[in-house]
Amino acid sequence: MPVRVRIPTPLRKITANKDVVEAAGSKVGEVIDNLEKAHPGLKERLCDEGGKVRRFVNIFLNDEDIRFLDSLATPVKDGDELAIVPAIAGGN
Amino acid sequence: MALTNPYHNVLAFPDGKRLDPLFPEGSILHLVGNTPLVRLRAVGKDLPPGVELWGKCEWMNPSGSVKARPALWMIRDALKSGRLQPGKTILESTSGNTGIALAMIGASLGIPVTLVMPANASEERKAVLKAYGAELILSDPMEGSDGAIILSKEILEKDGGKKYFKPDQYNNPMNPQAHYESTGPEIWKQTGGRVTHFFSSLGTGGTCSGTGRYLREVSGEKVKVLAVEPDSPFHGIEGLKHMASSIVPGTYDAQVHHEKLPAPTDEAYDYCIRIAKEEGLLVGQSSGATVGSAIRYAKKNNIEKGVFVMILCDSAERYLSTAVWADTPDERASRMEAHRKLKDKKA
Repeated sequence: MPVRVRIPTPLRKITANKDVVEAAGSKVGEVIDNLEKAHPGLKERLCDEGGKVRRFVNIFLNDEDIRFLDSLATPVKDGDELAIVPAIAGGN
Repeated sequence: MALTNPYHNVLAFPDGKRLDPLFPEGSILHLVGNTPLVRLRAVGKDLPPGVELWGKCEWMNPSGSVKARPALWMIRDALKSGRLQPGKTILESTSGNTGIALAMIGASLGIPVTLVMPANASEERKAVLKAYGAELILSDPMEGSDGAIILSKEILEKDGGKKYFKPDQYNNPMNPQAHYESTGPEIWKQTGGRVTHFFSSLGTGGTCSGTGRYLREVSGEKVKVLAVEPDSPFHGIEGLKHMASSIVPGTYDAQVHHEKLPAPTDEAYDYCIRIAKEEGLLVGQSSGATVGSAIRYAKKNNIEKGVFVMILCDSAERYLSTAVWADTPDERASRMEAHRKLKDKKA
């Protein structure tokens, strides 16, 4: 079941400059594991050594923060959209 | 010429020629700068006793951040040169602090302010800006601050210089100049010339370039200048730039710092929490990154003696809704526990 994943600018080097990629999985965590297979290096940006989503990374499932759902165990279905939203950068 | 929105509180002769000083006695703008230094004794307690850590309390500027300095220098320069005149609105792309400084200055002088920022700027910042009466235009959060820079350029091009004046904090030489003329001399004076190392994080690069240049010159090249930047292009240190992956600002002079120190986001957050609990200072994540990097630098280089001055850009109060404070390891554990109990009950 492919899910659309929106990639923010600073991570597009890893996805060959694509701003949207697709990956399969039945839970958010599985989608991220499958993304890692296609785009190595992506997972360590999003998750810490313990496998949890890093504090400064926001992942939205159809506009809802997965922290307020079931985090990486949140189920996803065909046609869902995940967005990885970075903390903003730049001169204050 | 009829003035559509005459700027109040800007001193001028009837013929429009500006006076110097521009601002009347007692104006809040005279309070910009001259921030105190505070000694941090607890967070660096495992460093040799000869290493002194001093923080420059930039959140004590009017509008609550280091950005009051460049904003004031840029606006004063534009008023003096006539590029900013009654009828014009200030437009800037900013992720927050410069915007808040410009909004404060605009409010105090009667100059309208429009700001372009990514939609994921913290809620506190947006609320403060609105309170000062600034107009906000939000850019795509997926494109970061570079997205806001590009959008503001488009607005400016469409306008053709009629309505808007853009201080352009990323390229205006008044940005580093503010620090060359104020932050640098203050640090030199406050330490009695004892400062040995200067640590500053990189956003526009203005603080590091201007202050660093002054301190190198005045000390006869003795002061070491260390620039702190996020360790990766994808980071959570609001306000900072990873230079290698960003539009490099004209205000950033890579010749000034002796070394760049990469700061991990998690370390920056942990230092924010420690600095609050152990020093009684509520500082933002860029300050956490700077303090953490200074301590890491001292350890790595086995420094036995030194007077470190670190720029503490802003206060944590601007970020209390963000992940740094909302998600400390303890709170996360207790929330998970509560969540588990709730689930067990349901089952």
